[in-house]
Amino acid sequence: MAWLTDPLRYSFMLTGLLAATLVGLTCAVLGVYVVLRRMAFIGDALAHTILPGVVAAYLAGWNLTLGALAAGLLTALGIGWFARRQALREDTAIGILFTGMFALGILLMSTVRSFRDFSHILFGNILGVTAGDLWLMAGVTALVLAALWLFDKELELTSFDPTHAEAIGLRADLIRYGLLGLLALTVVTGIQVVGVVLTSALLITPAAAASLLTNRLPRMMALAAGVAVSAGILGLYVSYYFDVASGASIVLACTAFFGLAWALRTARGGR
Amino acid sequence: MSTVTLPYSRHKHADPVAGEPAVAVAIERAYYPGTSEPALQNIRLRVPVQARVALVGPNGAGKSTLLKAIAGLLPVQAGAIHIYGRPVGDCRHRVAYLPQRSDIDWRFPADVRRLVMTGRYVHLGWLRRPGPADAALVDQVMARLGIAHLAERQIGELSGGQQQRALLARALAQDADLLLLDEPLNAVDIETRAVVAEVLAELRRTGKTVVAATHDLGRLEADFDGALYLSEGYEVAAPPGSFAGLNLGHELPEGARHSH
Repeated sequence: MAWLTDPLRYSFMLTGLLAATLVGLTCAVLGVYVVLRRMAFIGDALAHTILPGVVAAYLAGWNLTLGALAAGLLTALGIGWFARRQALREDTAIGILFTGMFALGILLMSTVRSFRDFSHILFGNILGVTAGDLWLMAGVTALVLAALWLFDKELELTSFDPTHAEAIGLRADLIRYGLLGLLALTVVTGIQVVGVVLTSALLITPAAAASLLTNRLPRMMALAAGVAVSAGILGLYVSYYFDVASGASIVLACTAFFGLAWALRTARGGR
Repeated sequence: MSTVTLPYSRHKHADPVAGEPAVAVAIERAYYPGTSEPALQNIRLRVPVQARVALVGPNGAGKSTLLKAIAGLLPVQAGAIHIYGRPVGDCRHRVAYLPQRSDIDWRFPADVRRLVMTGRYVHLGWLRRPGPADAALVDQVMARLGIAHLAERQIGELSGGQQQRALLARALAQDADLLLLDEPLNAVDIETRAVVAEVLAELRRTGKTVVAATHDLGRLEADFDGALYLSEGYEVAAPPGSFAGLNLGHELPEGARHSH
């Protein structure tokens, strides 16, 4: 069992494991709604559009997380705004917004001589998580879980029957804005763990795996959280022992769990 | 138990105005957002309290659209709709709307009990959870519609007729006075047809007001007190020899009658 406890002697591994657990939990439960509401593309777009916010904050010498938050919330609002105008299909609007913002981020990055500074943003740096980051992650986790608990019936209803929601005076677009806001916060913390490019995997893959195994919403969330947290821990250990990128290891562990869920479902006779 | 209600709508739930009809429609023009062709034009309709009125016409005539407008789902740009003498939106707690089945994402992981329970949400509002009384009512309406044994089923596992009964159960769970039913008998099995007919009869006995879209002309006289005929978004005269029933108390403006 020494192989299990050995890495825990290092505080960076401990904070890393804690971060993977917090972020995995948040991404997974929120990810269930992302998957059920077919918002996978938005999740990915949100992660990418955060890049210029982070780079701009870096160039200005501000807090990177605040830059990311500002860009994320702005994008969430922008997507909501675009979706209400009906000149463009929503996925088209998101595609334009997301690539434009990402390109702006890369352009800003290229003005800095050492490109390496930003590899952490692109690919994550879970072992560089600070105590402050952990507090932010814990705060986001608490906020997301509280919101999902307090507004569960509204989130559920607007997801499968927005018409009924509107008929009883519950504005589906308001709930959607709220969800996008939570998503932006979550994505910002996800970036620390697996980076801009792979954050959407934390949102989508565990939730999709869970959705193959159950059609009960609370059970789906619990399963997704289990998958994401296990994948986070497994990925970190793999990265420690084989000296490979931690973000990629975590995402691949998620992918492996998804494959397992697929196999289980097939074995049970599902299609 | 806390009884504070935070209603979803910005409007406070208002009580019906005594003596006013359940529904009073005076639409000049109503458009779907982002379209330039009116979806409804020149429609006058008064539905007295406790009456049962059919909206009749072929597909695309505007029946569903008119129901949506009455349910407050479609803004009326020119004209007005009043429910119990109040503007649309003030009496949501007294109105239940039965949508077409295609409006719902049936793959969502909710079971039948949960779907029927959403009928209670208008009374619960923000932050309040369903209580024992809500659960009892939900069980009762599921039994009435013969779907009690399906309570734990995921909604997508139901047949079309069972889905229709689940939606009607939800509408009943709302405990509303005015029911807006969009094609309650569209493409359902014989068992569902019988159960729905029974429910409609019971609604009459208990004095509920019903406005239902239908293209089934055969049973109009048996199931309804009056009918409004629609074609391409316009109100049209009852075809000769067809059921007219109750005078719906509307005067069509000069020249509004469209010849189709």
